[in-house]
Parts: sequence; structure tokens; C-alpha cells
Amino acid sequence: MHRKMRNLILALLLLAMALSLAACGNKAKEVETPQQTRADTNEINVGIPQDLEDSLDPHVTTAAGTREVLFNMFEGLMKADPEGNIIPAVAEKCDVSDDAKVYTFTLREGVAFHNGQTVTVDDVVYSISRCAGMLDDGVYTAASTLKGIVSVEAPDDRTVVITLSEGNTEFLASLVTTYAAIIPADYTDQAANPVGTGPFKFASRSPQENFVIERFDDYWGTPAKLNKVTYLVTAMDTAVMSMKSGVIDVFAHLTADMAKSVEDQFTIEKDTAKLVQALYLNNAVEPFNDVRVRQALCYAVDVDQIIDLVVDGNGVRVGSSMFPAFAKYFDESLSTYYTQDLEKAKELLTEAGYPDGFSMTITVPSNYPQHVQTGEVIAEQLKAVGITASIEQVDWNQTWLTEVYANRNFQSTVVGFDTSTLTARGMLERWTSDHGKNMINFNNAEYDALFAQAIACTDDAEQTALYKQMERILTEEAANVYIQDIYNMVAVNPGLEGLTFYPMYVLDVASIGWKA
Amino acid sequence: MRYYLRKLITLIITLFAVSLLAFLAFQIVPGDAASRILGTEATPETLAALRHQMGLDRPMLVQYGDWLHSFLFGGMGDSYSYSMSVKALLGPKVHITFTLTLMSFLMIVLISIPLGIWQGKHAGEAPDVAAGVIGQIFMSVPSFFLGIVFTLVFGIGLKLFTQGQFINFDQSPSGFFGYLFFPALAIALPKAAQTAKLLRASVVRELQQDYVRTARSRGRRFSSVLVRHVLRNAMIPVVTFLAMMIPEIVTGSIIVEQVFSIPGVGRLLLSSILSSDYPVVLAIVVMLAFLVVFMNFLADVLYQRIDPRIKVR
Amino acid sequence: MKHRNWTLRIGVCITAVMVALILLGAVWTPYDPNALAGAEKSLSPCLTHPFGTDNFGRDLFSRVLEGGRTSLLIAFCTVCIGAACGAVVGSLTGYFGGVVDEVLMRFNDSVAAFPSILLALVCVSIFGTGKYKIILVLGILFIPSFARIVRGEFAKERTRDYVENARIMGAGPFRVMFAHILPNVRTVLLSSIAIGFNNAVLAEAGMSFLSMGVQPPDASLGRMLAEAQGSLFTMPWYALCTGCFMVLLILGFSLLGQGLQERGDAL
Repeated sequence: MHRKMRNLILALLLLAMALSLAACGNKAKEVETPQQTRADTNEINVGIPQDLEDSLDPHVTTAAGTREVLFNMFEGLMKADPEGNIIPAVAEKCDVSDDAKVYTFTLREGVAFHNGQTVTVDDVVYSISRCAGMLDDGVYTAASTLKGIVSVEAPDDRTVVITLSEGNTEFLASLVTTYAAIIPADYTDQAANPVGTGPFKFASRSPQENFVIERFDDYWGTPAKLNKVTYLVTAMDTAVMSMKSGVIDVFAHLTADMAKSVEDQFTIEKDTAKLVQALYLNNAVEPFNDVRVRQALCYAVDVDQIIDLVVDGNGVRVGSSMFPAFAKYFDESLSTYYTQDLEKAKELLTEAGYPDGFSMTITVPSNYPQHVQTGEVIAEQLKAVGITASIEQVDWNQTWLTEVYANRNFQSTVVGFDTSTLTARGMLERWTSDHGKNMINFNNAEYDALFAQAIACTDDAEQTALYKQMERILTEEAANVYIQDIYNMVAVNPGLEGLTFYPMYVLDVASIGWKA
Repeated sequence: MRYYLRKLITLIITLFAVSLLAFLAFQIVPGDAASRILGTEATPETLAALRHQMGLDRPMLVQYGDWLHSFLFGGMGDSYSYSMSVKALLGPKVHITFTLTLMSFLMIVLISIPLGIWQGKHAGEAPDVAAGVIGQIFMSVPSFFLGIVFTLVFGIGLKLFTQGQFINFDQSPSGFFGYLFFPALAIALPKAAQTAKLLRASVVRELQQDYVRTARSRGRRFSSVLVRHVLRNAMIPVVTFLAMMIPEIVTGSIIVEQVFSIPGVGRLLLSSILSSDYPVVLAIVVMLAFLVVFMNFLADVLYQRIDPRIKVR
Repeated sequence: MKHRNWTLRIGVCITAVMVALILLGAVWTPYDPNALAGAEKSLSPCLTHPFGTDNFGRDLFSRVLEGGRTSLLIAFCTVCIGAACGAVVGSLTGYFGGVVDEVLMRFNDSVAAFPSILLALVCVSIFGTGKYKIILVLGILFIPSFARIVRGEFAKERTRDYVENARIMGAGPFRVMFAHILPNVRTVLLSSIAIGFNNAVLAEAGMSFLSMGVQPPDASLGRMLAEAQGSLFTMPWYALCTGCFMVLLILGFSLLGQGLQERGDAL
């Protein structure tokens, strides 16, 4: 017994020593900074707050975070440049018929897939039919962005003709997203081992840990500068620490607080996030079915204070369902249509029959700290006019998407809406009264009529004017309490260069490289 | 033999009940894997179609039976969030959490046993009182707060480890153990304080026993009495306590993995709960349940082994 | 031997101070815990703001008091549910014994064997989060441990002489249980209540830390700590002050529980 015990203790002590040696070994290696080694091997680490928790199939996945990564691996027939212009990608050029019904694409020669095959017209016909939901292969694609396609045909081995049921001048814009990516025909492992034509190809992944992509050497266009990009799954709470300790080189969508914490070590690049953050009101439920109550809320809320407190000034007032980056469609005057006026708010509430205010619930998705904090600030501001707002934090997947978004079972919610296509239609169509995504139950006959006119219109200036009129209705009717377009702040290692912003929710890593 | 058989039956029943309960849980939760996959693009038609395709529209018990059937034959199904099998998903995570648990357990043993014995031997003296007070404070520190303090002191202040830079065993074994050192310590310290306190009380109690006085009066050296008689008896409650503690260490690691960004089972469990990825949640919960029940079983057996006087019914 | 029960004394002192502070916070705090002040963002601790302010300019001391109140309220309700139901179940099964006792205790053992936070996580994924749901979930999960303790005591006391005497004198079973036995197991019950507080505060903090517990605008110590983790570089005092407050609260209850236990053993 005695000896056994002593041996045991000895063994344990040895183990302890081994462990502490291990700890020291780790420390010794840290002398060489991790950034330096990454610059030598020409790779970077990008932090992402959530793992890519859905399919990697570009036609299927809907999560913005996943599409942001897939953007670097996939391309459509067309793509967007940083200014928002639509330029050819897999297609070399596109001819549009005068009535905007027939689109004829000529394929670029020698575009290769990551698996070594060359893109053929069959692949293109397959891809477009698949993402438009025209194939019956049991895959449920996010088809709603590609609507109204009658046929996709390939008259010869370099040409693809897409025919629409009615004229649509904005059709090309819906081809630039990953939803309409070109993928190899009849390749079945897209969800786990994605294959596309983009500048990066999929390398490996470890769930809840990382997602690795590597440069695709046979890319037809300008090759990526980096050899390898590792996306590290880093919870928001610990992201600052990972940046400070040099584990992460690029982190997008920083909160103001995080930006302040890392600005001494990182370059903070800013651009608007191209979304409309608002307190979205369910126009069909009491008391928000009364326009005066909705207007009262607009007068009671101090948007500037929200911008100051929640994002530390890094936001722009919006005023309607359109963001400033869409300069063509954005109406600046609407953004200051309502300014805080507590007297007026109280008056309107009294008129509406709520002289002492009321109680309401603001539902916020708990995984978006900026929306949660905005909700908290609004609740505090509404106290001044006697409205008691309680905040309900819900899970995005379990409750928000089903209860709030699909079932429309909510009073008000703070979120941001963006558009997956580069069109004004993408922002405004959803509030037409019978639209499936009209979460707020906005119902305005004039608005519906204007929209019908706008999409039928082939004259650009006229169409723009119509869209602007629609935005004005949303503001005047106080469909929602519009707040801001939040700056997308990206922390970038000062050793890197070339970060470019797009008018979409993407992070282009192909243009980033280490400074010489 | 009958005893072991009965324990085995309890084990099976518990696992069955746990898996059924966890399964039912996900039926009540609003929102399912289909609505999550379709996200903001969902329409009632596509939702219904996808549910049908994934088999989510079948009666609950049929779904459960299906899962149980494949589980019994070694399969755990496929994850909804990741296009891979649960087995492939869990494999690399289990060894991380296992190592973390093991390191933490060893730390508890290494800290608490010498400390407890020493305190018991010197009970009432000033160092014992001081150790008691410090231990008492450590017992009240939640492991996640301890983790935050460690990050602040050893990570940010002394730069002994790099927060967020988890190193895989394949990349560098020493880096792997080095990174897990502080998380393991954060879990271990409060538990070690508890164990030391228990052992100290146990040693003090045994030292007051008559047999110690008898042995001393017969001229045996104190240390020899301590090792041969006192410790043997004093260790009985501690050993069972330690065995029962292992499940708690594992759950402690769920929280601490969040603090230190360790891609282990705990992080996977939390993210899977949030994304209604119930094949993964079920697999993890059943695994943990197995661990809990098995450790209880082990504690019973150890109890019997160390002290033959005890006859477990 | 006159034994000074220092554990109990210190426990009572710490608990008294912490509870008094939190109760004071319910009626008066130095600042409105939710008041936003743009000019006083992220101040480090100073005389006017003993714990500093957060990125909204809210006074952290006031917020910690409010968070402590939520935590304490949840712990209180949880322990009430657990102790009340546990005492009833435990006394009935302990006093009467039989098959019901056997079955319930088997069930009890298997529930008690599971770490409560794991069970709570699973429950919360069913019932959802929020203050009242957490109370309910934790309350139910706390029943088995109380039931087991009370059952043990009742089973022990049942055979004592005084119980026999009471029975001979014609007292009904409920009178015996509650008028005669209950006062005798008081100390054990009290100490387990104090330990229950300790566990409840810990469990709630853990859940809220994983953002599966209390939701805003309710502040809770665990949730504040999770928030504080994000600003560990810019405002380390946020995490430290909140954490230390929590540790003191838990320490008080744990000492109180142990002290009561010691007193029970000494009697």
C-alpha cells in the first residue's frame, strides 16, 4: 500500500511537471509574433462571430454570415464591382432585348471550376434552372430572388438565353449574388464540399473552430493576393481579446465599443452596412394600427441619441426603407422628417386615445448586440411619453424567424433589413400589402399602385421617381420607426492593404494582401 | 453479480429516459431545422416541402424510434447545421473536452489531496486557518469568473497564453496542453477547495479515533500511522466525492469553453441548442448522461472496494 | 468546550451586508440604473461612481445592485419552490415509507445525479428564457435535493421515542409530522436552505452568463459579467466589480449554510 501510494504520487508529480513544461513551451514559442509568421506564409485569419451553420450550397444557404464567406468562392454570370456596377463574370457579355424580356449571355472562354473542369453551357443552364427552383431535384433553393424565368436555353456551346415572363430591367442585378452562382452540373456534394469558380476554393473546416479557403490558381480573373484565408469562429464577447492578442487580422461588423478597444492596434475601415435598422412595427395590431400612434413613436424617439450611444456616432439617419449608399434612390429629406418632439408625441397619443401611454413589447434577436442595445435605448426614451416598453430577447433561429418573421406574431422588433439584390425593388417590394415577406402588415393602396407602376416602367428616371414616392409614403405613414444605417466597421491589421467595400453585405478577401 | 445487473438495467433505463426527454424537448420548441435552413426566404409551401423531405412531419414517436434504431446500430444521424455525420462532427471535439476534464481532474487531485492531508495534520494552526479561509473564498468563485480573471491576469497582463488562439493537438501537443492549462485550472480551483476541505475534516476525524492513539502508544511513528491507517479510512469519502465530481467538471467545461473560446463539446452543445440541431444535441446529452450514470456506478464500486465493511445492497 | 462558530458569524455578517445593500438598492440607488448619460461613458471607478460607468454612461454600482436584486429574487423564489415542495415530498415519503418512497427516491437519485446546469440548459431550450421561466425551471430542479435531505431526517426521527409517545397520545400523522418532527429537523432544513441560496445564485449566474437566463432590461450579475467580458480591455473594472460582488454574495450564503450545519452538528 505504502509503496503503491508513493508511486502514484510520484507519477502524478511527473505529470504535473510535464504539464507545466508544456505551458512554458507554449510561452517560449510566442516570441515570434503570430502575425509575422502569417505574413511570411502569405495568409490571414479573419474572425467571424458565428460559424457557417448551414449548407455550403450557394443556392440554398440564406444566412448573411455564410453568404459573406461564400462570396469569395462563387460567381454568377455577372458580378458587382465595388461601385455597384454590374460587370460580366462567368459570362463575357450580355445582350438585353428592348422589352427587357430576353437576356442573351455569351460565356467567357476557359473559366475553370475548383475541381478542374471547365465551365460549359450545360453547367450554366443547370445552375440557373436550379437556383430558380425549376429543377425537381429535391433541393430547396432560396429561389425567390430569381422570379419570372420562363426558359433557360443554350442554342450553341457559348451562348445561354434566359427568357422572362415579363420585362424586368433589374434582372441582371439578381444574378450577381451567390444565390445565382454558377456550379458544376450534377455535382452532389455541394453542401459539404462546395465547388465554384471564384478566386478562392474550399480547403477544410472544423465546426465551431475554423473554415479555411485557399487561393484558386486557375482563376480566370485577377488572382487573389493571399495564399490562404482562415475564418476563425470567435464569439463577440471574446473577439476583442483575440484581436488584441494578434490571433485575428480582420474582423468585420465591429460594435462601436469593440472598435474603440482595438483602434490602437488596428486600422478601422468604415463603410455603411447597406441596411435599414428600424423599430419595425406590426401595423396590424393595437395600438400600432393607428397611424397617430406610429407617428407619436417617431416623435418620441431621439434617433441621434441612439446613434451616439449604441454605435458611438457611427451611423447615418435613414428615415425610410432605403439606405444612403443607394444614392440614386435615397431621399435625404426623409431622414429628418421626424425629429424628437415630446409635446407633439403626447398630443398625437392623446388624440389616438392614449393620453397616459401604453405598454408594448420590443422583440429583439439576442445575437445582434446592436439591435438589442438599440431596443434598450428606445425603451428608455419612450418612458418620457408614458410608454412602457419591455424588451424581449429571443433567439434568432428558434423564435425570431418563426414567430416574428413568418407568423408575424409580434408588436415591434428592432432589426436591420438589407437586400440580396442590388435593386431598390429589393428594399421596397416587401412592404406591398400582399407580399409574403410583409412582416409588418403594411397596407397602403397607393403604395401598391406605385409599385406596380414602377416595375412596369422601363424608363430609369421615371422609375426612380416612383420608388422615391413610395419611400415618402413609408415615412409619412410612419410604417416603422426608422433609425439608421449602421457603419460597418472593419478592424484590419495595419500590415494589410486593399480592403474594398461593396454595396452588398460581403467581405472581399481576394483584394486583401500583405504590404510588401 | 445481481447488484451489477441491477445497476446495468438502471443505466439503460436512465439513458432511454434521458434521450426520450431530450427528443421531446425539441418537439415543443418553436421553430425547427427546416425553418432555420430556409431563413428569411421561407414560404409556407417550401417549409412544408422541406419538412417532408427531412422527415420532420412524421409523428414524433416514429422520429424517435428512427433515431433510436440508428443509434443502437452505432449511427448518430447527420447534423442539420453541418453537412456531416454527428460522429464526424463530435469526434474531434470529444478529445478536447476529454483532455480538459482530465487535466482539471488531475489538478484537483494534485492540489486537494496533499493540501487536505497537510491541513488535517496541522488542524487549528495558523497556516491551516489561512488555507481554510482562502479555500472558502475559492469555493464561492464561479469558474467562469475565475476564467475571466485568469484571462485578465495571465492572458492580458502576463501574456502567458494568447486568448482565442486555440492550438490543436496535431499542430503542437505542447501548445495544446498549454492552452488548456488555465481553463482547466479555472475549473479545478473551486472544486479542489471543496475536496481539500472534505479531506481535512475526514483526516481530523480519523486522527481522533482510538486506533490512532493505540497505534501511537505502541510506538509507531506518526507518519506511518497516518499513511497506513488514517489515510486509508479518510480517503473513502473523498474517492466517492471525486468520482461524483467528474460530471460536474464536464458541465463546468461547457461554460469555461465559452470564456476561453475552446472548440469543444460544450460550445458545440450550446450552438446546437440555439440552431435546433437536435441530432447533435441528442448525441451530446446522451453521452453526458452515460458519463453521469457510469461515474455514479464507479463511485459505488470504489466505495465497496476501498472499504470492505460496506456492503452495497 | 466553548466553540465559537466563526463560520456562522462571518456568514451572517457578509449575508446581512449584501442583502441589506441589495434591499437598499431596491428603494434607493445613487443613480437611476437605466439612465443614459452620453457625457459619462466608460468612466473608471471614482468617488461619484464607485464601480465606474458602462458604455452607455450608466452607473455600474447602481446596476450591480439592480442585478444583485434580480439574482437574489430568483434565488429566493427558486429556494422557496424547492424547499416547500421538497419538504412536503420528503416528509411524506420519509414518514410513511413504502413503495412510493422507493420509487420517488430512485427518481430523485437519478435527477440529483445530473449537474443542475445541464438539466437547466435542456429545460430552458424547451420553455425559453426569461426571469420567471428561470425561476420555475431552477425551482423544480431544486426539489429533489431538498426532498432527499428532509426525507433522510424524517426517516431517522420517525423511530425516535418522542414520536412514539406522540403517536400513543393519539396525535394524527400530520400533527406528528409537522408539530413534532418538523421543529427537530429545523437546523438541517435551515442550513440546506442557505446552501440552496448559494447554488441558486451560482446556477442563475451561469445560465445568464451563457445568455440562456435572464433577459434585458432585467439586469443580472451573470449577464453583466458576460457583457463585461467583451470590454475586458477597455473597462476591466466592469468585470472585476461585478464578479467580486457576486463572489461575496455566494460566499455569504455558503458560510451561512456551513455555519448552520456546524451548529447542528454541535448540538
